[in-house]
Amino acid sequence: MATQATALARPVASASAGVMLPSFTLWWREIVRFYRQPTRVVGVLASPLVFWLVIGSGFGTSFRSGGGPGQQHYLDYFYPGALIMIVLFTSIFTMMSVIEDRKEGFLLSVLVAPVPRTAIVLGKVLGGTTLSAVQGMIFLIFAPFAGVHLDPVQVLLVAVVVFLVSFSLTALGFAIAWPMDSSQAFHGIVNLFLIPLWLLSGALFPVANASKWIKVIMRLNPLTYGVEALRGLLYPGAETTFPLPSAMATLLLFSLVMFALAFLMVNRRTTRPAA
Amino acid sequence: MVSKAAVFADAGPEVEHASPAPVISVQNLVHRYENRTALNGVSFDVRSAELFGLLGPNGSGKTTLFRILSTLMVPTAGRAIVMGCDAALEPARLRRQIGVVFQAQSVDLKLTAYENLWHQGHLYGLRGSALKTRVGEILTRVGLADRAKERVETFSGGMQRRVELAKGLLHHPGVLLLDEPTTGLDPGARRDLWQYLQMLRDEEHVSVLVTTHLMEEAERCDRLAIMNEGNLVALGTPAELKSEIGGDVIMLDAAHDAALLAEHIHARFHVETAVLGSQVRIEREGGHRFVPDVVEAFPGEIQAISVSKPALEDVFIHRTGHKFWSEEREASAEETTKKKKGR
Repeated sequence: MATQATALARPVASASAGVMLPSFTLWWREIVRFYRQPTRVVGVLASPLVFWLVIGSGFGTSFRSGGGPGQQHYLDYFYPGALIMIVLFTSIFTMMSVIEDRKEGFLLSVLVAPVPRTAIVLGKVLGGTTLSAVQGMIFLIFAPFAGVHLDPVQVLLVAVVVFLVSFSLTALGFAIAWPMDSSQAFHGIVNLFLIPLWLLSGALFPVANASKWIKVIMRLNPLTYGVEALRGLLYPGAETTFPLPSAMATLLLFSLVMFALAFLMVNRRTTRPAA
Repeated sequence: MVSKAAVFADAGPEVEHASPAPVISVQNLVHRYENRTALNGVSFDVRSAELFGLLGPNGSGKTTLFRILSTLMVPTAGRAIVMGCDAALEPARLRRQIGVVFQAQSVDLKLTAYENLWHQGHLYGLRGSALKTRVGEILTRVGLADRAKERVETFSGGMQRRVELAKGLLHHPGVLLLDEPTTGLDPGARRDLWQYLQMLRDEEHVSVLVTTHLMEEAERCDRLAIMNEGNLVALGTPAELKSEIGGDVIMLDAAHDAALLAEHIHARFHVETAVLGSQVRIEREGGHRFVPDVVEAFPGEIQAISVSKPALEDVFIHRTGHKFWSEEREASAEETTKKKKGR
């Protein structure tokens, strides 16, 4: 009886929900959904190690005779690229949840709630960013095996770079996923653009050694700056094409542009039903 | 029970004179998709604390109308006003006023019932201990308090629907919009849901707009709008609508040619006849007396005959001249719903 009586004391719908509270709730939902699915957790923890060991070791023995970038072992050279690859894949693929949310109807209930569209982008993108950045940082545990010993400041700077790369790529993933209604189509686009993006980021071979036109693409590729920044931080002695501050600034700019892109996608006026 | 009545009596008067204006006002609403007109100038009002039904076959435009009212689509022309907010011009203000329950589920199966509502509350600006209390309240209301901490994926279809309903009601909306809410529910769960809706109207004075394609559900509404191919074909209480049909409805299964039989009956008895496939349909007072006459008049022409009191389906046939479900229309409607929803 008591509960029914209070249910009647109808409070006037509270003031604006603002951006932060809905963003927070969408972000937290993303995290909870992640750890409720144990296979995803296993994938996140195991895949970095497998990538690095398998690809790095394979390439390492195949290409060692080529002199190698700097005088590094290839497994060491490949380490920053592997980290970026992990972040790239996790970032982009977490945003498949946008398609799932649309299919499962959850997105509809968010769209009819008095929530600014910015909050939807921010919540989802920060959720994906958190997952991929955490995964990227977990990969740092293997750093000593790649001959890297980091002090706390370096770890912090690496974290900033990983966060920026995660954020920009998650926002990109959001912008790609938003108008799509099937995860197959999403895979198609991802394979078409993102794998080449990674291949030409300096992850596998350095910018300096590339042919001219590849070099141009590499310079235009925002991921290159992520790889370069990480390489600079992890191996202070290694040759890098861009100084750290300019690489970081480029990443920040890339993040903002990608977020703006996601924001535009969400606010796009279409004649199609919203979901 | 007595204490309950007293509690509600307190809140009653306040709510009653709160909104004399219609809660929902749909004015000459038109919506066109690229090559199809889904709504062709529809107008009606929904009154305060009313259980209003939108009845129509698939593809009649009721889902389009629902999407406009819930701010998911902007109409091509006309206005839809909910609680004083124009759906096209002030979607943000309107969203605060409405609770929406979609045909497809929107609950997150990986989360518990409590978590689903906790997130929902945040989307509506509720937080902290007030939100906690409210979630407890609403879960009690829909009879799920003891399952609050369980994941929704472990719930039955009927229970998942109740979580949907709780989501829609959490922020005390003045209007609740439901799109075919009983889809996929067994008869028991269906009945439960309608009892909740009636209770909401009676006890909390929430106005409810519900779309349905089921006659027996439409019967339970206070007032009905019947839609067909984007047009409003009838509006009124179920009793009013049925009373417009003169007397009884007589259906004849023709043994040979229904059209010919209808013509003969018309010539002989001077009654209006309608042909529906292989059947002839007649509306007439005192149907039981008419039956022996017509059977005697056309021996061998009539395979079967039935007399019934008019139902809502008869209202639909009366107004549109065809059956509620026709094969070809259903097929094309199916297609468009699939396209629209991608479910």
